[in-house]
Amino acid sequence: MASDSDSEEDFVTYGIPLEPLEEDEPLKKPIPLHEQTVKDEKGRYKRFHGAFTGGFSAGYFNTVGSKEGWAPSTFVSSRQQKADQHHARPEDFMDEEDFSEHGIAPREITTSQEFSSSRRDAAREKARAINAQTALIPGDTLLEDLIAPARSSIGVELLRRMGWKEGQGVGPRVKRKARRQQTDEVRLYGCALPPAGSEDSEDDDDDFAPENVTFAPKDVTPVDFSPRLGVQGLGYRGLDPGLALLGQGAPEHIDLFKPQSETRSRLFGDTQRSSRRGGVAGQAFGVGALEDDDDDDVYHRDSMSRYDSVLGGEEPGDGLYGWTAPQQYTKKRDKNKDASYLGKILEGFTLAQKPAEEKTIFPPPVLPRDYRPVHRFNPAVSVSHLSGVSPALAEALRTSRGHMVKEEPQQGGRHQLDSGQRRALLGEDALQGPSSVMELLRPEDRERLLNLRNSSNPPSTKTPTIESCNAPRLAGSSAGSSAGSSAGSSAGSLALSAAASSGLQQQQHEALVSWRGVQTSSQTFRPFENNPSKQARYEFYLSRLKQGDKDALDQSLDQGMTEWERSREREEFVRASILYRPTSSSLSSRFTRAKHQEDDDNVAVNRDQEGDVDDKQAAVKMKMFGKLTRETFEWHPDKLLCKRFNVPDPYPGSGMIGLPKVKRDKFSVFNFLTVTESRETTAPPKPPETGKKSRWDVSDQKEEKKKNKPLSEQTEAKLEQTSVPALPAPTNHQAPGDRTETKSAEEQSSDKKKEGDDEEEEEEEESRPPMDLFKAIFANSSDEKSSSSEGESEDEEEEKDTKEDEGKMDPQVPNLFNISSNITSTSSVTSSSGTSSSTTTKSNQQTEAVVLSQTSTQEEFGPKLPPPSGALIRGGATSLCSPSEEEKPSKKSKEKKHKNKKQHKHKKDKKKKKHKKHKHKAKQQKKNKKEASDSSSEDSDEDSDGEDTEVSTEELLKRLKSIRSHQTW
Amino acid sequence: MAFPQPRPQAPQLPQHLLRTIDCQQGAVRAVRFNADGNYLLSCGSDKSLKLWSVSRGTLLKTYSGHGYEVLDADGSYDNSQLCSCSSDKTVILWDVGTGQVTRKLRGHAGKVNCVQFNEEATVILSGSIDGTVRCWDTRSRRFEPIQVLDEARDSISSVKVAQHELLTGSVDGRVRRYDLRMGQLHVDFISSPITCVCFSQDGQCTLSSSLDSTVRLLDKSTGEMLGEYTGHKMKGYKLDCCLSSKDTHVLSCSEDGHVYCWDLVEGSLSLKLPVGKAVVQSLSFHPTETCLLTAMEGRVQVWGTEPEETEEDTMDLK
Repeated sequence: MASDSDSEEDFVTYGIPLEPLEEDEPLKKPIPLHEQTVKDEKGRYKRFHGAFTGGFSAGYFNTVGSKEGWAPSTFVSSRQQKADQHHARPEDFMDEEDFSEHGIAPREITTSQEFSSSRRDAAREKARAINAQTALIPGDTLLEDLIAPARSSIGVELLRRMGWKEGQGVGPRVKRKARRQQTDEVRLYGCALPPAGSEDSEDDDDDFAPENVTFAPKDVTPVDFSPRLGVQGLGYRGLDPGLALLGQGAPEHIDLFKPQSETRSRLFGDTQRSSRRGGVAGQAFGVGALEDDDDDDVYHRDSMSRYDSVLGGEEPGDGLYGWTAPQQYTKKRDKNKDASYLGKILEGFTLAQKPAEEKTIFPPPVLPRDYRPVHRFNPAVSVSHLSGVSPALAEALRTSRGHMVKEEPQQGGRHQLDSGQRRALLGEDALQGPSSVMELLRPEDRERLLNLRNSSNPPSTKTPTIESCNAPRLAGSSAGSSAGSSAGSSAGSLALSAAASSGLQQQQHEALVSWRGVQTSSQTFRPFENNPSKQARYEFYLSRLKQGDKDALDQSLDQGMTEWERSREREEFVRASILYRPTSSSLSSRFTRAKHQEDDDNVAVNRDQEGDVDDKQAAVKMKMFGKLTRETFEWHPDKLLCKRFNVPDPYPGSGMIGLPKVKRDKFSVFNFLTVTESRETTAPPKPPETGKKSRWDVSDQKEEKKKNKPLSEQTEAKLEQTSVPALPAPTNHQAPGDRTETKSAEEQSSDKKKEGDDEEEEEEEESRPPMDLFKAIFANSSDEKSSSSEGESEDEEEEKDTKEDEGKMDPQVPNLFNISSNITSTSSVTSSSGTSSSTTTKSNQQTEAVVLSQTSTQEEFGPKLPPPSGALIRGGATSLCSPSEEEKPSKKSKEKKHKNKKQHKHKKDKKKKKHKKHKHKAKQQKKNKKEASDSSSEDSDEDSDGEDTEVSTEELLKRLKSIRSHQTW
Repeated sequence: MAFPQPRPQAPQLPQHLLRTIDCQQGAVRAVRFNADGNYLLSCGSDKSLKLWSVSRGTLLKTYSGHGYEVLDADGSYDNSQLCSCSSDKTVILWDVGTGQVTRKLRGHAGKVNCVQFNEEATVILSGSIDGTVRCWDTRSRRFEPIQVLDEARDSISSVKVAQHELLTGSVDGRVRRYDLRMGQLHVDFISSPITCVCFSQDGQCTLSSSLDSTVRLLDKSTGEMLGEYTGHKMKGYKLDCCLSSKDTHVLSCSEDGHVYCWDLVEGSLSLKLPVGKAVVQSLSFHPTETCLLTAMEGRVQVWGTEPEETEEDTMDLK
């Protein structure tokens, strides 16, 4: 051992050396079998179970479970979540130990199929095919070829990308000469060399090859290194079926060095095949030891024809008994080669000299392409039955019937639906997060983009310029084109109407289309309820629309009004008529709920039980079934019911079941009252009540009920009454239309107001529907939106929404904004005299916060309480002022302010756009909330404002002033 | 390549009595074919429901478990389940093979007039005198209905299902069609109390019989009347009507002991089948063949196009 130590460095040792044997140590006793233990990698003892019970312990301590116990996997599959097909692999049932190095299925790193170059390698295939010729079952690659995957390996793909084509060699392109040399080189190494024939053919081409043309190198057939598996000796070849069948077996020496020369030549398309005689090739039949004809070559190619295949007597004629088909024999009688197999020819018979006449067999008629070999038993089976069966079956039926049935239009595959539709079908929620690129932009960039876009828009939607904002608000409120014109001047209004006319025309047409032909009895929402005369005009307009009158608008307007007022009203009417267009024609599903609530239940209850029954009875008596007796309601099936019936939920996302219900007092007197009175639309309004009334102390006066009921009931009541003058909200202290009073009220509240203001204020107020409408309509949407907290994305969403909802909501939305814009405008008026424009923004923020508080309290009280500012802004004239224009200058001038303010400006700008696009209420409120909460520059009293629910106008003004002074100071 | 149309055959009517089954379960309130028409269900007033072979007229199974007379029954498409309703306000889902009660569904406030499986037997629809149609889930173990259709103002007398549509007839004189796919409810006012409603086989029409002794064929989509069939007597009982399997004829029970059979298109009476002296309570038409079941008093009669003897003769010849 000591001597070894010298050379220890020279050796590389593997494994753990045995402990050196000590001489005096007693020999170690082998550990008895019962003390031998086996531990797994975690050090736990393994119990041996015996070979037939799985060897060592399996699972968790010999159980099939885990530490937590055994939980059988449950099969869960639903319509919306199909259970994916689970392909159980053997590995799933194997233990971890089995995959280890000494397990039964050790894992090793292998080339994945994607990167392996197994198939499609033509050269290798060829080599294999060549080799396969000599295999035990010749040509056994056939089977593999049949089931070869239809995809090529990554290497082939890469080569193809590089310009390689199948059949070419790999390498730089060469000229023809060089190539020939190369092939010669190839020839040098390998037994796998092609026969000369293919080379020769190329020689001819050489002459035509131009000098500057290069060719891809010739493909090289690699040596097949697949190991020899058989037990036969070297050079053994199995029966060659090709030769045997062709009858071409030929005696031939085996060339050990060119064993595959024949098949090879065939593989390489060698045509110069020598004509060989038939026979079986190969040495499947060896030479017996006892055979004495040693002359025969042992390695002779055998031929089947040399064997006697017929048992029988001897042939009389030629004396070649039992020698059925020798080659010489067939050569002699080459014409009747078949006869050799016949063996003996019966006596008295001779072989026919002439072959029998061939029967001409006519091919069967060609079937038409669309022929289906299916008999139709009952052509009368109705196609409509197919709609109920499963799609696959229906498809099968259709095709089997030999003609295509008219496709149901609805049955587009699920791939024809877009993601939104599919989402709707599945009842999924929309994905949160940015849905447009715009959201990912910085606010500044976005604003710029929007400005750019707006500037390219038609003038009616153009963003106001700075001048227009500096101009009196009256002109600036509607269009920038009227900038510079004096307030209330007819010239300005004319310009405005001209500018807006293009858009208006279009809308008018739309309104006309939607209203034409509507039944006269259908009741509609009354948007101008607070202004009876205006409502009357609006209704007149609607009635004209229903008759299809094209210039309904002009006829319905009051000729006594100024041009400006009329143009404003025209626009409102058109918008209102589009928004409140009859039936559910175009309102999206989001709106149908709230809207149908009103009419549907009304119809379902009232009509069914009361008035119309008589009509129907009459119709039934006259046997006029159809429209008169048919009623159709929106009906919401349960989601589960739809699932059970295998139909998609018609109202995905609707939590309602059954007929839409209205919230109303079940035991209210008015539910049982039938309305008989119908007043003139021009009837003077009753003096409004000043006191607030709860819905419970209803008297028999319908007006009170109307005021106090939620909006749905109001509309319902309206449905009953054909024309009831609209009444102002109960808290409104002035009679609408009373201008002087309005003015005085406004003067009370804001002394600095300009003359034109009252007009717009009044208009805004009167066109504003009660709060409950918005609540009813937008409650859901606001809920949805509240989940997203990012200001920017929300803005973006809102913008998107406006785009979507535009047209539907158009006429309504300005009203929504007027709630806040009223105050905003007044505040801006008050601050307009101030030099600092930042003050304006401040005050705007302030007032918006105030508005927020007001509106939020409003929601709690329902429709009974209009905002406290309602008194302030109630006026008598008609003009619409969007606050955005007023806020614009401040924004422009304030660009050098600190960033926080900038942020606010952006938000405001967004809002301006929303104003333009007529944002709806819920979002507006939220916006206000957000601004109130996150603006750092807000004053401390803002929070208290938000809580203060009842802010009087005086106090509001006071606060505004104080803020302004605080700011300027 | 056009196939030759099959030779038009004169529509045949089930005018020959094949056999009479004496059910021995009191008055037979309703008789129904199963889905393929090989078996029939008879609802007896002795609280039992019986399953019979139509071809042989033998009793196969008696299902007992109801607390009062059974008013209607239906079989599932795969013949594995039955549902029945009773005056005891319950709907029972039966296992056909064992005859055990799979589920007993309580919830109706009054006797349950009619019951129907949907196409895949996943939902049982039951209409009751309390004016509601309840949709019971057969898949889950819930004991509450999936949905209650309480639009009717009076008792529901008949419920039918076709694919995704429910058809209900009510004593308030209205035929309601609930379209699940469209989410719509169509109400057709008939004025007279409805006793029975049916879908036509092609699903385009609805048939409704009412107590003004009239059967009306209405267009499903518009509600217009396509045909009106009169002549029978239906004044006070809840009697059935149906369409033939090929939609060629309209059949209705009558209180004068006949089954009336009208040509659907012409509206002319093509057959007045004398069943007996009492009121024909219920009838059911074979889903594919021309075979009719009628129920009168305690008997169920099977009617076919050809008399039974011919069949037996041919059997003998063989």
